[in-house]
Amino acid sequence: MSSINQIPVINAKRGNPLSKVFDELVRFCRSRSLFILHYCTGCGAIELPPAMTSRFDMERLGIQPMVSPRQADILLITGYVSIKTLKRVILTYEQMGSPKYVIGICSCTVNGGMYWQSYATAKKLDEYMPVDLYIAGCMPRPEAVIAGLQQLMDRIHSGEANSWEDYFRNYDYYLGNQQKLFGDHWQTPTDIITEAKHYNLMGEGTLGEHTRLLEQHQKPLEALDMRLGHNLKEPTK
Amino acid sequence: MPEIRNFTLNFGPQHPAAHGVLRLVLEMDGEVIERADPHIGLLHRATEKLAESKPYNQSIPYMDRLDYVSMMCSEHGYVRAIEKLLGIEAPIRAQYIRTMFDEITRILNHLMWLGTHALDVGAMTVFLYAFREREDLMDCYEAVSGTRMHAAYYRPGGVYRDLPEQMPQYQASQWVTGRDVEVRNQARQGSLLDFIEDFCNRFPGLVDEYETLLTDNRIWKQRTVGIAVVSPERAMQLGFTGPMLRGSGIAWDLRKKQSYAAYDKVDFDIPVGKEGDCYDRYLVRIEELRQSNRIIQQCIDWLRKNPGPVMLDDNKITVPSRNEMKDDMESLIHHFKLFTEGFCPPVGEAYAAVEAPKGEFGCYIISDGANKPYRLKIRAPGFPHLAAMDEMVKGHMLADVVAVIGSMDVVFGEIDR
Repeated sequence: MSSINQIPVINAKRGNPLSKVFDELVRFCRSRSLFILHYCTGCGAIELPPAMTSRFDMERLGIQPMVSPRQADILLITGYVSIKTLKRVILTYEQMGSPKYVIGICSCTVNGGMYWQSYATAKKLDEYMPVDLYIAGCMPRPEAVIAGLQQLMDRIHSGEANSWEDYFRNYDYYLGNQQKLFGDHWQTPTDIITEAKHYNLMGEGTLGEHTRLLEQHQKPLEALDMRLGHNLKEPTK
Repeated sequence: MPEIRNFTLNFGPQHPAAHGVLRLVLEMDGEVIERADPHIGLLHRATEKLAESKPYNQSIPYMDRLDYVSMMCSEHGYVRAIEKLLGIEAPIRAQYIRTMFDEITRILNHLMWLGTHALDVGAMTVFLYAFREREDLMDCYEAVSGTRMHAAYYRPGGVYRDLPEQMPQYQASQWVTGRDVEVRNQARQGSLLDFIEDFCNRFPGLVDEYETLLTDNRIWKQRTVGIAVVSPERAMQLGFTGPMLRGSGIAWDLRKKQSYAAYDKVDFDIPVGKEGDCYDRYLVRIEELRQSNRIIQQCIDWLRKNPGPVMLDDNKITVPSRNEMKDDMESLIHHFKLFTEGFCPPVGEAYAAVEAPKGEFGCYIISDGANKPYRLKIRAPGFPHLAAMDEMVKGHMLADVVAVIGSMDVVFGEIDR
């Protein structure tokens, strides 16, 4: 993670009297051009296309699906998140560029919904990543989804939707919950602590016992071994 | 010269063509696939286990959420298994309503499949067209059950309520007024049956529309003809059902072969393919859209002429009406017992299957005489189809994987359960 230091960060105090106007403008533009990450877990995947297509038409609000997490702004968690999926969701979330927003759709992300008894699902999404907005219901109607998105737009415009900073400031809490679920050796390819230091987002909760545990187990990243194995020869060195 | 090694590619789960959460590990020789390894379990949430801890009637909503594209068909499979266990039969009108809604579900499912399959292969317009029609059918779901998707409308012993006499209408708002509201409400003046009939009259023309976009489209044919050919023998060995099997040329359809509900009283044909490739499976499903439309029209005619009960009149199993419950002590007790304890079928086991849009959806229930199933096993049609992934994509290009996934019509809710 040495390359992160090459990314410039503007920390200088801004003396320009117009800067507030610019901030307002930036927030306005940001709220009017949102890209939803196309990652569908669970039933919500079926109610989103109707919200995008002709009858409800999300695009008139400037919201479009986007296929890559690097270019997306909103992570929509549509429905139950099994523990196996939650790992992928966290990986995806950490890969998204800031500012990023998380919306939990369906009751299952709020408190487990109908699957609260299940051994295989993660019940409360906001224990593992900061959630900006929940849209409850099983299934919420497309109108509800659009109303929720409008509310998020308002919050972005007013500057309230900054929970992504919370992930850096309280990383220890989120990491602790993740470790509880995935085991002590849980590690993601993204180095959140270095990023937090670099972007000046260190908070009181960034470091703690769980991050110390992470540092103990942390291994340098290498390419995933994805060979299928049995009908393959060992690669010659 | 450096050694050449096969390249391993990770496809999904966060991939727009992965239909949710499919993860494939592909072993590639250049751009040709040597081996495909589907990974499942990303949507596993233990439906079968949860059903063991709930009374029979409380598990019906879980069935909706199994295959969340064909909701009522999954309910039908489960409800029929309970009925078999109890030894009861729903009234004839309920059977016709179930037949009609199974076919509406089939159209819903096939439209979803058509839209996403075409979108994955590169045709955007079909997606928009297909979702336009889905909205009308979603309204039918909403009119009978109050919700757009997860209906929980079928109950052991019938369906929850009769078809509504009045179709819900649009109301004027700040943005839509006067003439526009009238236009939108044109088809909604009468009952639900009138609304569905209006849809059925329009629908064959709309299927023609999809076909003009795809069937003779050169790109579409290049992407699907000759891709993932499955021979009839192999299709049977692999446990294929539904359009996947019929695409390979075997006329197997539970609606005809092991008739249930009112399918023996309506007239329809089973389309079969010739070659067993993606294109044939596409043609089969398109023809199924037309056949479903035919079945719905026959059901509408019958339902218009034959009013009657839609629930068995046996309050040990079915819920008493709201009025009875308020007036009559015995009905109140029945109501309370049904919603707290449920009912206890006799000791035994039952398997019932329905022809869901994706294939044979079956439920196998073992009862030990309690109010909860001792074991519930769900036979999901998508599972054997996905298991054949490796065989189907071997030797094809990477871009064809997307076409194959599309033509399988996989939904992970039912595969992972």
